[in-house]
Amino acid sequence: MPDAMPNSSQAMTAVAVQSPFEPRIVAFFCNWCTYLAADLAGTSRLKYAANVRVVRVMCSGRVDPQFVLDAFAHGADGVLIGGCHPGDCHYQEGNYKALRRYRLLKRLLGQMGIEEERLRLEWISASEAERFRWVMNDMVEHVRVLGPLHFEPAKEVFAEEVAV
Amino acid sequence: MAEPTNTASSARVGVYVCHCGTNIADTVDVNALTDYAATLPGVTVARNYKYACSTPGQELIKRGIRELNLTRVVVAACSPCLHEKTFRNVTAEGGLNPYYFHMVNLREHASWVHTDKQAATEKAKDLIRAAVRRVRLHRPLVRKRVSIDPNVLIVGGGIAGIHAALTLANAGKHVYLIERDATIGGHMAMFDKTFPTLDCAACILTPKMTSVKSHPNITLWTLSEITQVDGYVGNYRVTVKHKPRYVLEDACVGCMECIDACVYKQAKVPDGFNMYLGKRKPIYIPFPQAVPQVVVIDRESCIEFKSGKCKKTCVEVCGDRKAIDFQQQEKIEIIDVGTIILATGFFTFDAKRIPYYGYGTYPNVYTGLEVERLVNAAGPTGGEVVLRDGRKPKTVGIVHCVGSRDENTNRHCSRVCCMYSLKLAHLIKEKTDAEVFNFYIDMRTPGKGFEEFYNRVAEEGTVFIRGRVADIYPDPASEGRLLIVAEDTLMSIVRRIPVDMVVLSTGLEPQPDAQEVRRRFHLSCSSEGFFLERHPKLAPVSTFTDGIFLAGCCQGPKDIPDTVAQAGAAAAEALALIDIGYVEQDPCTAQVLEEVCSGCKTCIPLCPYQAISLLEEKKKAQINEVLCKGCGTCVASCPSGSITQNLFEDEEIFEEVEGLLAYA
Repeated sequence: MPDAMPNSSQAMTAVAVQSPFEPRIVAFFCNWCTYLAADLAGTSRLKYAANVRVVRVMCSGRVDPQFVLDAFAHGADGVLIGGCHPGDCHYQEGNYKALRRYRLLKRLLGQMGIEEERLRLEWISASEAERFRWVMNDMVEHVRVLGPLHFEPAKEVFAEEVAV
Repeated sequence: MAEPTNTASSARVGVYVCHCGTNIADTVDVNALTDYAATLPGVTVARNYKYACSTPGQELIKRGIRELNLTRVVVAACSPCLHEKTFRNVTAEGGLNPYYFHMVNLREHASWVHTDKQAATEKAKDLIRAAVRRVRLHRPLVRKRVSIDPNVLIVGGGIAGIHAALTLANAGKHVYLIERDATIGGHMAMFDKTFPTLDCAACILTPKMTSVKSHPNITLWTLSEITQVDGYVGNYRVTVKHKPRYVLEDACVGCMECIDACVYKQAKVPDGFNMYLGKRKPIYIPFPQAVPQVVVIDRESCIEFKSGKCKKTCVEVCGDRKAIDFQQQEKIEIIDVGTIILATGFFTFDAKRIPYYGYGTYPNVYTGLEVERLVNAAGPTGGEVVLRDGRKPKTVGIVHCVGSRDENTNRHCSRVCCMYSLKLAHLIKEKTDAEVFNFYIDMRTPGKGFEEFYNRVAEEGTVFIRGRVADIYPDPASEGRLLIVAEDTLMSIVRRIPVDMVVLSTGLEPQPDAQEVRRRFHLSCSSEGFFLERHPKLAPVSTFTDGIFLAGCCQGPKDIPDTVAQAGAAAAEALALIDIGYVEQDPCTAQVLEEVCSGCKTCIPLCPYQAISLLEEKKKAQINEVLCKGCGTCVASCPSGSITQNLFEDEEIFEEVEGLLAYA
């Protein structure tokens, strides 16, 4: 797969209507593992798709489901959460809390009419730069196939349900 | 200077974009980025500079704060892991609270990982926009001061642990040195000579071991392991498990009469210290200069433990000293320390994992460490290099890179094998006058006097063949000999060299339980499994867990001088914390907004540190700031949004997320 997305900037500015769809992905990374894997990917000069924007948190357990919903509500096509491998949490068990919330959140997204695959949780340790690159590219490709997030139909469904 | 009135709406943000030489500027259009940043709401000034972290770069920011009355600072440069502290200090020196600052990671997260300049620049714009929106909400925070317990824990009693312990103890600090074997000394105690100077390892190591034992500031616990680590920098509470030695350390005088008196008249148990080439008794001392000079009973082979019907001649001869105690039990002890140095060492590669080298199949294939014991005067053969059948080898082949630089086993270079192979070639030649062949991929001799040593060994007549050994099998033409097959890549021919003895220069690997240890101490490992340092260049002995330092081969393969240097560095890092007496920590802890808290107790069981409790009279949750480590799990779980985390407030993260997505 190509290392960099052609035309991604046009899509990012959302002005060029004809340009191919470039997913916008917001990522919440744990400071101790996935964020460091991203740094290591940088120092190793690994190239990956430029679609992901990172928000650093101290622990994947800090990721409030509202952050994810907020990202979707403001135009993210996908949300990625990166935490420490099971048993490796810097704060002992925050990643397990993240996992629990993630499972519930997936169901909630489905009920809202958002494809569950748009949300992804990955365990990436500080040394897994290569895996980090793979996840980034894979996430972008998956969301690219899903296409832009269309929230409008869901809104209509909700409106109908409320009306009944 | 007094801080200006400072609210999110009136915030005056300064954005500083760093070129990082060409590291950022080559892939991100820093001028376009600066122009863009200047247009963002709340931004008073946007500048770019070649090196923001340099003194003029820092001055630029400080001047901006003073002259333009900036109230917030955003620096878009490298990873916050590298320079967040630097720029927080700059912000403080400029006269602002250090937390009125946010860092954007342009280098590791954009310029180094993307090739399309336009895409990288757009990403950078999004990141800066998010940072500007977020930083406006930042609040002034005060760093938490944590006191440092002056006691130090050192895990591992090899040369790294020994050197670090002595350095700290000599500085007047109290050290707990924990070793899981019956003696300290580690791998170095097994070596005969050390490269390249050929000093006798025992002569330089054993005096240090003795000093450890006699030092008033060192508490040495052998046969002990760490089972649990609680707390945080300055205040660790460590649970130590003492395994039974079945000999009372205080009562034993090290006379070793019990060993002679053992009902086993002959030593029958394979001796681990001698790489199982020699034998010992069930009651033994690992090696003559072991520290502590106390015997140990091996439960597996002792008749008393196996049958309960031994005559116990050892107890008899010990007499009034009453040092032998078959009833000794495992003991748990809890200690408080402020800093920890891990010096847990390495594991030698198991040569059986490469079956075509025949280790374990052909008796005359040895590992480097086994030959190390053979050449050692205190070893199983008294320093004679002889084969298992007693013959002296006439030809010896030394195979480099066994379990190193190999896609099938370990990809890393073990750094010491070339040099110890040269040393063994020299020692074998000296002791047997055998013809020695060294099979190498590349000769790596990067150290003081190393290349000279290589030349010396070459001049002595050792034959060097550049090629990775492909196969080792019995020589059909000559009984008892082995054929080493390798492509000589300098001559472009396949060589088949018959030898009497093969030495496999096995590489260095992480300890088999490195992963468990890592978890116990909340560390990370690099991809080969060695403990990960905080920064490969600027913090090579620190870890991501404050107050825990690394020394020696647990961080990666290294030779003795490097290990000792690192141990000294780790001791100095610990000393720096102890001597100042406190450490300042980021204040990213959580608090409860009492007026909003409904007292539902959702958060209480979620906290891994038991930092949250319920104020019974008010029915409100309360967070103990000292115990809180700032993970934010409770914040994310609070149904009423009544817990906030400094630096990671909900509103700050919402602003950041929305800023990322608020493209034009």
